Amino acid sequence: MKRIDAIRIVSEEAEIQGAALIGNIGYPSRELYAVGDRQANFYMLGSMGLASSIGLGLSLARPGLRVMAIDGDGSVLMNLGTLATIARHARKNYLLVILDNCCYGSTGSQPSCTAGCADLAGIARGAGVSDVREANNAEGLRHALAGSGALLVRVDKGNAPVPIIDLSPAQILERFSGSLPPSGSS
Amino acid sequence: MTVDPTAAVYRGLKRAAIDFVASVPCINLKDLLLLVEADPAIVHVPATREEEGVGICAGAWIGGRRPALMMQNSGLGNSINALASLDQLYGIPLLMIISHRGGEGESISAQVPMGRLTPALLDAMEIPFSTPRPEDAEGAIARAWNTAAVEARPAAVLLDITFWRGG
Repeated sequence: MKRIDAIRIVSEEAEIQGAALIGNIGYPSRELYAVGDRQANFYMLGSMGLASSIGLGLSLARPGLRVMAIDGDGSVLMNLGTLATIARHARKNYLLVILDNCCYGSTGSQPSCTAGCADLAGIARGAGVSDVREANNAEGLRHALAGSGALLVRVDKGNAPVPIIDLSPAQILERFSGSLPPSGSS
Repeated sequence: MTVDPTAAVYRGLKRAAIDFVASVPCINLKDLLLLVEADPAIVHVPATREEEGVGICAGAWIGGRRPALMMQNSGLGNSINALASLDQLYGIPLLMIISHRGGEGESISAQVPMGRLTPALLDAMEIPFSTPRPEDAEGAIARAWNTAAVEARPAAVLLDITFWRGG
């Protein structure tokens, strides 16, 4: 499965679930913007490694809101502690989707440790995440997106030829915040 | 009358209506973290690394909370990219309560270099900070949050070893 196709499925499912969706730095956010831009997408333009943390903070601030974050193997490897924090603190409203293409796709596809022997699903389980799912195809991915905890999706290497996101950081934040239901209701 | 430093910081948090805290511990934050953990009005998320705490707090603010990050100044070094390319980029407020080690009274040599560099690092990052005595801490913390919220940026309060000994 191409990563952009996985991102399209996550985006569609987020819309169905009424979920706020955090997009990871680099091409994943650009692909998300290209295939499924919506107000409730937060495109993380910097701060590599923190998509999962932003999603966790949002989900804890809004226990009634469904929150998903799209992360990558390189980014999770940069912030492995996030899996332990999610295991200890995340509630059922949060799902971390890790798209594993075994490389740093936005910087020239240098192999990451998941190209070797690192198993992020196993690491998530070891960190204590109770619901860890894995998907290798579109149907499995769609089904697994109903879960909480962490979902590891194996995708092909390579970026789709999509443009830069033509929104300012302030616009991204304003749109995203405006899409959230009022605090009292979720 | 002496002011209990931990109580003064906690009163500052309450005056600022902080309702979300991410933390990485320091011995000087020990009692404060117990108060925060026990406070039903505050969601407390111990983080594994300070940078992770910046991300968690950013998400909490987007969700409508008033977040603070509590850490040792060593954690400033672990957070710099996130403070710049997340909080400063998007205009996200954050109150940073920092135990500032490495100065007068420090017993651990490894704390000294980063302790000496911390104010200059904050200056270089254009993060406003104050260094109150215990009797001024409540107001300083409330003002720091106000700066963070009004100016949509991180603001810090540096609390050194002398502070924790009662000023």
